[in-house]
Amino acid sequence: MSLIDVHNLWQRYGEHTVLEQVNLSVAEGEFCVLVGASGCGKSTFLRLLLGQERPSQGHIMLGGQPLPGEPDPGRGVVFQRYSVFPHLNVLDNVTLGLELQASHWWGRLLGAARRRAADQAAALLERVGLGQALAKYPSQLSGGMQQRLAIAQALVMKPRVLLLDEPFGALDPGTRKDMHVLLLELWREHPLTVFMVTHDLNEGFSLATRLLVFDKTRHDPHAPHAYGARVTYDIPLNSERRAFQAALAQPPGELAGCVHIA
Amino acid sequence: MRLINRHPDGPGRLLLVVLPFALLLCAYLYGSAARLADNPNDKLLPSTAQMAEAVKRMAFEQDLRTGERPLWQDTAASLRRLGMGLAIAAVAGLSLGLLAGTVPLLGAPLSPLLTVLSMVPPLAMLPVLFIVFGLGELSKVMLIVIGITPILARDLEQQARDIPRELLVKAQTLGASTWTLILRVVLPQLLPRLLVDLRLVLGSAWLFLIAAEAIASTDGLGYRIFLVRRYLAMDVILPYVGWITALAWAMDWALRQVGRRAFPWYHGGNR
Ligand SMILES: Nc1ncnc2c1ncn2[C@@H]1O[C@H](COP(=O)(O)OP(=O)(O)OP(=O)(O)O)[C@@H](O)[C@H]1O
Ligand SMILES: [Mg+2]
Repeated sequence: MSLIDVHNLWQRYGEHTVLEQVNLSVAEGEFCVLVGASGCGKSTFLRLLLGQERPSQGHIMLGGQPLPGEPDPGRGVVFQRYSVFPHLNVLDNVTLGLELQASHWWGRLLGAARRRAADQAAALLERVGLGQALAKYPSQLSGGMQQRLAIAQALVMKPRVLLLDEPFGALDPGTRKDMHVLLLELWREHPLTVFMVTHDLNEGFSLATRLLVFDKTRHDPHAPHAYGARVTYDIPLNSERRAFQAALAQPPGELAGCVHIA
Repeated sequence: MRLINRHPDGPGRLLLVVLPFALLLCAYLYGSAARLADNPNDKLLPSTAQMAEAVKRMAFEQDLRTGERPLWQDTAASLRRLGMGLAIAAVAGLSLGLLAGTVPLLGAPLSPLLTVLSMVPPLAMLPVLFIVFGLGELSKVMLIVIGITPILARDLEQQARDIPRELLVKAQTLGASTWTLILRVVLPQLLPRLLVDLRLVLGSAWLFLIAAEAIASTDGLGYRIFLVRRYLAMDVILPYVGWITALAWAMDWALRQVGRRAFPWYHGGNR
């Protein structure tokens, strides 16, 4: 049973066809990496999954239901830039999600409830290695720390789906490796289905359980925008991780022991 | 070394800061002395002693008729009007700009309206204000309000639009509604900008205040200046102008300090 089903998806902006005939079925717990030439529509695909835009044609099902028409806490996101709130310090950036969810009127918690939320956020920040920077503002953090913060901020909502648009594009190779380790660990700890866009093929090969290549199959030299990109290759990778994650997606109970081995 | 790479520092910098003020002062003192030597009754450029005498009269001696010390009474009246005008304009401008810049359904009607309204010359509206609100306090405060609200609203609208789309999407994935998104994401990012904007419109606010006081008032700094103009009392006018300048400068400084203290993230982070 798949979590996400994409049926004959098209996206056009005026005359410009960006995506055409995208069909995809993704099981819960997969780590999909999207690669393709610049401008071929990977970010557009993520925006459609996020609900930020509506497809021109076709539809997306999430858990058997049509995808909600706007972003919601079920799908977390990390962008390459502008993912964290500049006016909040590290701790408040992560606590904010818990506050918004619990307090519909003021988006703010007080007293004991606020302390509980802050403790939960601090624990997660400790987990991603930002335990020492709780009081700093994002402008005082390095690029790698900002992306850690953005990931923690998304995960505190316990989303089923995590969308990452070139999250490590601006980081140096060493920091990038650290982020890969962190991301894989978090992916194992949480029941997460990940879609990640990258231009780094190595990154794709080392992280993905499934590599999706977007490309155009038809070209009209006189009208470069007439045809859009499709998923031209769909490559299963890292099968041992995939099997493990599939087992995790089973009802809990008999498998509870495995979680700790991870 | 190229001129653009030479930076003044230390005492040299202080000298450069003080120099233009000192030059202006010297030019005045020289001109004043020359004219007074020519004609001791000259009123145009009073000497410092004459001005000190006028300040003493206005600030420290009770007016025989009213029992007030005019300078302080004028200052209190003007600052009250200015403060009310700025406060009302800040709240109105912030609300309008915030809503127009964040909620597209409100931005569609509000944004062109604000653009057109900001083109109406506020001083041309002054007679209308006097007719509608009478000659009392309200019309003076309203002149400041209608003069600077559109400026604040338009800039804050633009600032709200300039908040990266990613942040608004992110807030939605964290469960924000339109209302909580405004409250926790947009508003806190606009507040430091509001303080910057207030500093920028401070000059206009004083302009509108003085204009309104000059035309219809019985007290206030602007009223006094235009009153004593009839007697060519430059010895009063010049200290008053200096005092107004000092007040405006102090308000600008205070707003900057508040901004730095309250919004450290906006000014580079370090608290
Ligand atoms: N709102 C829009 N209106 C018009 N055209 C758009 C819009 N959004 C995207 N496009 C076009 O769609 C195409 C795909 O954009 P998209 O950002 O999805 O590419 P991408 O694969 O993410 O590229 P990159 O790897 O450079 O990030 C681009 O040519 C872009 O100009
Ligand atoms: Mg992109």
